[in-house]
Amino acid sequence: MKVWKYGDNINTDMLFPGKYTYTCSTAEEIKPHLLEDLDSSFSKDVSEGDLIFAGINFGCGSSREQPVVGLKAVGIKAIVAKSFARIFYRAAINQGLVLIECESAVKSYSRNGDVKLDIENGKIEVNGKTFSFPKLPDEILAIRDAGGLLPYTRSKLKNKYNF
Amino acid sequence: MTFAEKILSKYAGEKKVIPGQIVTIYPDHLLTHDNTAAIIQKVKNELEKYGVYSKSLSVIVIDHVVPAASEKTALNHKIIRDFVNKYKIENFFDVGIGICHQVVIEKGIALPGKLILGSDSHTCSYGAVGAFSSGIDRTEAASLLLTGETWLKVPNSIKITLNGKLSNGVFAKDLILHIIGDISASGANYCSVEYCGDVEQFSIDDRFTITNMGIEMGAKNSVFNVDGITRSFLNSMKISPSAYESIYPDEEALYINELYYNVSEIVPLISCPHTVDNVKTVGEIEGLDIQQCLIGTCTNGRLSDLKIAADILNGKKISPDIRLLVLPASKAIFESALKLGIIQTLVESGAIILPTGCGPCLGAHQGILAPGERCLSTANRNFKGRMGCKEAEIYLASPATVAASALNGKITDPRTEMKK
Repeated sequence: MKVWKYGDNINTDMLFPGKYTYTCSTAEEIKPHLLEDLDSSFSKDVSEGDLIFAGINFGCGSSREQPVVGLKAVGIKAIVAKSFARIFYRAAINQGLVLIECESAVKSYSRNGDVKLDIENGKIEVNGKTFSFPKLPDEILAIRDAGGLLPYTRSKLKNKYNF
Repeated sequence: MTFAEKILSKYAGEKKVIPGQIVTIYPDHLLTHDNTAAIIQKVKNELEKYGVYSKSLSVIVIDHVVPAASEKTALNHKIIRDFVNKYKIENFFDVGIGICHQVVIEKGIALPGKLILGSDSHTCSYGAVGAFSSGIDRTEAASLLLTGETWLKVPNSIKITLNGKLSNGVFAKDLILHIIGDISASGANYCSVEYCGDVEQFSIDDRFTITNMGIEMGAKNSVFNVDGITRSFLNSMKISPSAYESIYPDEEALYINELYYNVSEIVPLISCPHTVDNVKTVGEIEGLDIQQCLIGTCTNGRLSDLKIAADILNGKKISPDIRLLVLPASKAIFESALKLGIIQTLVESGAIILPTGCGPCLGAHQGILAPGERCLSTANRNFKGRMGCKEAEIYLASPATVAASALNGKITDPRTEMKK
């Protein structure tokens, strides 16, 4: 498991350049361009279970969801940041990607430091120090736990129309 | 209750809501644009099975890559037209009508007291006419197409009081850059922003510029209370007051932050690479050479913006080292600008008029920059790579600053050109 560390205000153009917005929409099309203008090694070296640590306002900018779809598809286990931009935060819930807002965990992290994550119990251990983060409200957690908004909506529609 | 609390309590069917509360709402409209093709693709089977929730919910505007730049984007547009015809979507605006946010206001779709969500971050613009509006992602838009409902967290609110009058050569764009520079790109994260004070000096065009950039400080929505300016704007569009409901915050409403600005002290400002909150005075970087100028976008492509630029460029030629791109924000604006001779003035000065749409703003189409180039733009974002090239620089300013700078080929304080 690797931790990818970035700074403040990582915007949607850095996460997925706007020039691909109308040519890439599937996860497979998105993956090679993830973080292209920020860190060219990311899309080549990222692997299942990796974490991202970042500063304030992660995901600011456009409403584009490709970064979230792509980061979920390459297997990012969670993004831990000091804060997130709101559309990115919603998009993550809707794709079932775990975001953790925990400033002290980010501050405690140092290069190659040890990180243990317990999503279920809302705990993150960084370099031997444990921090807790609040759970999402139940109605929101239900969306994330269904695997994202579309599976959630599909089951709701099935119940409503009974087919 | 604040504006946001009042409107969300109305849509949630509850007497009172408090910040942090999650409410289920049915928005009046769902805005989608070229991304509609990708959105309907996500729920293709469900649309076949269940149909759309309502044919009046969707507002679809094709504006991002227009006219189509490739076979792939042309196919996207075709998929959207087929969807519109099949499901009899009532509000559809094809290539050439305008930029989505401009169209939503111009066609009287955004009205006071309405709640509109859209899969575009600048959906927050409609607070210019007293609506609550906010951006969402494509997946949520897909779900809304089917169910018509979603959840919102009731936001905290920030009250911004504007005192005094803007000086000559200083515009709404300078004001919003001043505020963002002051509170930072995350200064209003998750919050509803209410503007009050000496706001009668701001036309709907000005208010649109200000609310449009709410997202650049992280806001969920930005709003100007309905007043005489709003009512006469709606009246000019033949919209009767019975068609909308003005919602005002209570006097005892609680704000998480209250900010005061003396707007008469603001000077022409410029947002420098690569974040919108990296704001300097134009004077600080005056003389920096640029290669491309852009006047347009959902932030500053309206008639008053084109007029300000034309007034500065009238009878003069832009620098031979500059490419000046102008994109009217809608067909209606283009037509008015034609009638008023504004387009003639711009073209004679050396401007290239592009079709109405988002154009170069997001680097998907037209006006892409080369490595090492600088562009001065009236758009809302200057992120690295935004205009298609990560080794280029984007600066953001008012249409007056862009026009004055186009004349000189260098960043120029518009007040020097306005005096001539």
